[in-house]
This record gives sequence, C-alpha cells and structure tokens, in this order.
Amino acid sequence: MTETEVLPLLRLRSIRKSFGALEVLKGVDLDVHKGEVVSIIGASGSGKSTFLRSINAIEMADAGTMAFEDFRFDFAPGSSGYPSRKQLQALRSRIGMVFQSYNLWPHLTVLQNVIHAPVNVLGTPKAEAVAVAEALLNRIGLYDKRHTYPLRLSGGQQQRVAIARALAMKPQLMLFDEVTSALDPELVHEVLTLMASLAADGMTMLLVTHEISFARDVSSRVLFFDSGVIAEGGKPDQVLQNPESPRLRQFLHRILHDNMTSGASDAGRETVLK
Amino acid sequence: MNFWSEVTTYGPGFMAAAWIVLWVTVLTIVLSWICGLAAALGQRSRFKSVRSATAFYIWFIRGTPALIQIFIVYFGLPQLGIRLTPFTAGVLALGVNSGAYVAEIIRAGLSAIPRGQTESALALGFSPAKTMRTIILPQVFRIILPALTNEAISILKNTSLLSTITVVELTLYAQTLISATFRPFDFYIAVAIIYLVLTTVLTQLAGWLERRYGRLS
Repeated sequence: MTETEVLPLLRLRSIRKSFGALEVLKGVDLDVHKGEVVSIIGASGSGKSTFLRSINAIEMADAGTMAFEDFRFDFAPGSSGYPSRKQLQALRSRIGMVFQSYNLWPHLTVLQNVIHAPVNVLGTPKAEAVAVAEALLNRIGLYDKRHTYPLRLSGGQQQRVAIARALAMKPQLMLFDEVTSALDPELVHEVLTLMASLAADGMTMLLVTHEISFARDVSSRVLFFDSGVIAEGGKPDQVLQNPESPRLRQFLHRILHDNMTSGASDAGRETVLK
Repeated sequence: MNFWSEVTTYGPGFMAAAWIVLWVTVLTIVLSWICGLAAALGQRSRFKSVRSATAFYIWFIRGTPALIQIFIVYFGLPQLGIRLTPFTAGVLALGVNSGAYVAEIIRAGLSAIPRGQTESALALGFSPAKTMRTIILPQVFRIILPALTNEAISILKNTSLLSTITVVELTLYAQTLISATFRPFDFYIAVAIIYLVLTTVLTQLAGWLERRYGRLS
C-alpha cells in the first residue's frame, strides 16, 4: 500500500460463511471508503444479507479478515486476531444497522428507543442523549411522536425511528438490510428520502436493496451478489445500464419487469429520483 | 351465640392465620420468581452442566407431589443436620416448587419474543446480559403476567399444604377449632370464604398490574 492511498474505512478480505453444508459466502472482498454509498443487489439466497450481517458480526464469519477504524479482526476460529466479545460490542457500537422488520422495542417510547443505547452502551448522560435524540426526531419529522409507543406508528414511521436510533450512536458506517421490503408501497418513499438525505450528508452507507432506481440515483457503487461472491461491481450506470454478465442482465430484467407489473411502489420511487 | 359474637370470638384467630397465609404467599412468590428466572436462563446457558442441572430441577419438581417436597424439606432435611422452622421450610419448599413452573412460564415468554429484538440490541453494542435485562425480560414480563397471576393464585391455595407441617395458617387453625367444637361445616366454609377473598384481591391486583404494564402501545 502506498502512502498516498487513502485507507478505506472498511476493508474486508476473503469473508466466508457456511450454514451447515451450504456455503453462503465464498470469499468476499470489499473496500468501502468514507462517504461512499454502496448498494448491494442480488437474488434472494445470493448471500447479500448474510454478508451485510457479517460486517457487524451479528452473523459471525467463518473465515476472513476485517479492518474498520482501529479494529483488526481475523475470523478464522482460534486465530490471534479473533474478536473478543468486548471488541465485538465496541465494533457494533460504531456501526449502525437498520433491519427489514424495524425491530423497535415495543415496551419503550420512541424517545426511549432512541436514547437507550447511547445511555446504556456509551454511558452518555441522559440529558445529553435526550437532546441528541430530540434533534434526530426533529430531523425525521417525528418529534411530536416522541412519547408514543412504536406499535402505534406506521411502518414507515417505525423505520425512520429505527434509523434515528442507529444514528443516535453517531456511527461511522450505516448498514441497511432491505429496509423498505416490509413497507407498504406508499410508505417506501419517506424512508428512501431520509436515506438519500443521509447519503447527501456524507454518511458512509452499505445497503442491501431491491430498489434499483434508488441504488442508481444515490449510490456511488453498486455490487451484484451471485452465489456467495460479488459477481459484478462498479459505478451504478455501468453496472445497471450495461451489465456484463448474463446473470445480472437476467436479474435486472426480472426485477424491472416485476416493478412494472406491481407498479405500486414506482410512484414513490420516482419522487425520490426527482 | 349470634353471628357477631362468633366473629369477635374466632375473628382475631382467623385474621392471624390469614396474615400467615399472606406472608407465606408473598415470600413464596418472590422465591419462585428468583428460582424460575434462574432456571429459565439456565436452560439457555452456554454450559452443558448448567443446562443439565436446570433440566433435572424442573423434571424432579414437576414429577413429584408438592406435599412430598414439603415433607422432604421439613422432615427429611433434619436427618442431614439441616433444621428449619415450619414457616421457613414451608416457604422454601413451596418457592422451589413453584419456581419450576415459573421457569416454564418464562421460557414460553422468551420464545414469544422475536429474534429481531435481540439482534437490534446486539447491533447497537449491547452485551447479551444487558439485552436480556433491559430489552427482553421487560417484554417477557408483560406477556407472562396473566400466567404468573395463575401461578400466584395456585401458590396461595397451596399454602394450605403447610398445615401438615404445623404452620398455623388457615387450614390448620380451622382444624384445631373443629376438633374442639365439632363444627366442620361452619369453619371450613369460613376458611373457604377467606381464601376466596384473598384470591380475589390477588386477581384484582394482577389485573391492575396488567392494565398498568401489560400494554405495549
């Protein structure tokens, strides 16, 4: 590595993961630089979600190495760089993650959901955490709902709160795992708009998504996952307009066709695309 | 003898006995929650020895009569040099007994919490222990409150078993009165009514708790 090269925020090498006999990740390499927005597309079962989940070790990789900020991990069991529990907790507190099913905590109010981790994981004084949380809730337009319980909110509102909850930790990297897939079509737009505004603010983001037009308009890079490897990757235009592999062509054709026939979410999507 | 003179004669004795029932019940509930929580978490332990021990505990308790467990603690333990007062032995036996059932209630509650609840906490950097304590158990508690109420009522009624080890609770008190007066109908009916009052109060209390904490929205 030369001195002029900018170190990536996240560097993954040869990440492998199997579930029993099924090899889901077959050695994935990836560098993500600060401020990049990387979209991962691919058919279900291609390993893209498992890959995303292995980055914050919610799914423990079987092998491979990772460098993120000051963390240097080697996931080969028994290796000297194998992460300890404490290290994993520290790593996860630096990486935000948003899930398909929101996973807000139903017994806590919106505000309590957002301050819970800063107060209990980082030890932030409560008053300070509340101030940060209220600013975030203001930004996502849900300040008025701060004392409401999550199950009273729409799916789109819940997902925005989930994003705020992750942001409250001031993460250096945000992972989005198909965050609009569980939403009613008319609610997709509000979540994508928020994500686009995060991207515009320079947040480093890695997202698994089926929203092809969002990937095209917001990402700096698009990766196509196929059978546990990154089969194709590059600038959105290049990957999405001129796919090299037949598999990707086929995948894009199917997705675009589905979107055309389902139609419903296109309205929301087009708005995002201005 | 009219009704009011009966009440003034036997009332204070029944009140004292009811007070014992209440105390035994409260202490037993506390002990059963501690045992139940420990056993429920023990079932999920990383260590096989812990899992085996909790499995044995639940298997033994649920597979033997409560009365025999009470006898083992009160009459059996002295043979090993452990001598307990009837009250302590009673609370210990009933609490450990009920703990096995509470463990099963908590286990069912834990399995009702979606995996995503734990994942979202871990993803924010929570330790597994803190996730359990601040995210999972508060939700479990809300879900299992009705089942815990049933268990509490059954504890309250089971305190009558302690009459066999000379704890002067309602049943034994009534029995002593009956052997002196030969009026079993009157006094057993009186005992039944007092139990009914106690269980009703307990149910009301649980209902209030449920309304206060049972909702998630």
